[in-house]
Amino acid sequence: MLSLRFAIPFTPTKTKPKPGLVVQSGWNQTDLLSSLPRRCESYKLQAATADLTDGRGASVVELPEGLSRELMPKHVAVIMDGNGRWARQKGLPASAGHEAGVKSLREMVELCGEWGIQVLTVFAFSTENWIRPKVEVDFLLSLFERALKTEMDSFRKSGIRISVIGDSSKLPASLLGLINEVEETTKNNTRLQLIVAVSYSGKYDVVQACRSIAERAKEGQIQLEDINESLIEQELETNCTDYPYPDLLIRTSGELRVSNFLLWQLAYTELFFAQELWPDFGKEEFVEALSSYQQRQRRYGGRHS
Amino acid sequence: MEFLYKVVRFLIKCMFCVVSVGPIPSHIAFIMDGNRRFAKQRNMKVGAGHEAGYFALMSMLIHCSELGVKYVTAYAFSIDNFKRRTEEVECLVDLMTEKFESWCREDSIVNMFGIRVHFSGNLQLLSEPLRDAAKKLTAATVGNSRVFLTLCVAYTSTNEIVRAVEKSCEEKWAEDQESSVINLSDIEKRMYMVIAPDPDIIIRTSGENRLSNFLLWQSAGSCLVSTSAMWPEISFWHLIWAVLNFQRYQSLLKKKL
Repeated sequence: MLSLRFAIPFTPTKTKPKPGLVVQSGWNQTDLLSSLPRRCESYKLQAATADLTDGRGASVVELPEGLSRELMPKHVAVIMDGNGRWARQKGLPASAGHEAGVKSLREMVELCGEWGIQVLTVFAFSTENWIRPKVEVDFLLSLFERALKTEMDSFRKSGIRISVIGDSSKLPASLLGLINEVEETTKNNTRLQLIVAVSYSGKYDVVQACRSIAERAKEGQIQLEDINESLIEQELETNCTDYPYPDLLIRTSGELRVSNFLLWQLAYTELFFAQELWPDFGKEEFVEALSSYQQRQRRYGGRHS
Repeated sequence: MEFLYKVVRFLIKCMFCVVSVGPIPSHIAFIMDGNRRFAKQRNMKVGAGHEAGYFALMSMLIHCSELGVKYVTAYAFSIDNFKRRTEEVECLVDLMTEKFESWCREDSIVNMFGIRVHFSGNLQLLSEPLRDAAKKLTAATVGNSRVFLTLCVAYTSTNEIVRAVEKSCEEKWAEDQESSVINLSDIEKRMYMVIAPDPDIIIRTSGENRLSNFLLWQSAGSCLVSTSAMWPEISFWHLIWAVLNFQRYQSLLKKKL
């Protein structure tokens, strides 16, 4: 049965979102010829009021227009893609792109803390990234080490808890030691949990969880028929948080895939693909992603009516 | 009318030739979302929306076959969908039973286009008539080889992984009592979806932007495409658009490497 109707074009809507109106800023919003950076209206941010605090003791900052605190996702995950391309576009070395990426991350961490997001998981380095040139890999690991050292005090003071997930066997000993120190120092912080995925693979996360469960079944702690989704979830590396399933995943740089990030945990996550390269992803772009998320209806396979 | 049909077919063939200059995906997966909303928008019964969705699936299968796509997977019924109202679940089950039985005939569209049908999912959760119809269809189309169609029924990705782990443990321990180390390959080869390569493209209709527990494991490198059209509205143009996006992604990937 062939239809003579033509497809509804994939055009991004750039109007400011209204309550109840679905914003179609979905997976694939540009045509092939469009490579112009997306701009949305600037959102005014009211000054923080010193006499208002949230339940975790931090000052409550008024949200940008259009965002609702009740609909804020508890857990946001980010694939920070585009540092290399950003640097190439500006004629800079890749290291400059990664440094600029750290600044973007810093801004996002602050915004998440202010806007009531409880968990931010970032894909810093995947198992597939080990094949990159050694110079770049060494730089990335040393950048991560430097960032942890310089920000440790700041994390402690601003109530940020740091967790690192991924295969630590390939990381240098100095970095491993620092990670343990930072995790220990910040483990009681409650304002925001920043989970950094380093040398991480979604598939291997599932495999190691399944392996742990198989061991327990072999030792008779559980029966084979008792193996279920809940048991696997408890063994995944995201068991370091009360909210292991991201509500929203943002990937920058316009690529439309999840690249082996989390996987199991993304079962019902809302996906948002931003055209901007990661160093260019700032407050405006984050507001756009959150606004899109807040307009969506999440049904988990059921029906609302 | 016949002339108009021939013109449209000619245009479609031209577009396929243009698109075939670039790489053609070997596996496209569809999340067929929006049948009910399609029916509601037209003041039709929910059942009519699902019936329209069936014709859309046929249309996509034919287009994929003509484009040279070898594997097609469709998310027909999730384990989560059992939570829906009984009337809707029964309507879907009846529709699937009826269509699977009709596809077993030698002159059915599935046999005419050389489509081999496979089912992914926990079929034990299905009623006996539907389960039997599915098994009969799998056997009736085993000789077809032009397109491999996998219908995900009573499926979720997390359930697929749990079953693969259980089977891995059972089978490995039966071989070697001392062995307990489960590897990635042990799990992968026991997945329902082992019969097809990972999808190159996953297309979701109705404007939603999530995977809904579909092919989580297999989607690690897939190009994800969303369209605001409801599933019964999906057309040849959406498919072309998705393939062009896939081709753009392939060339970006080459530049990265």
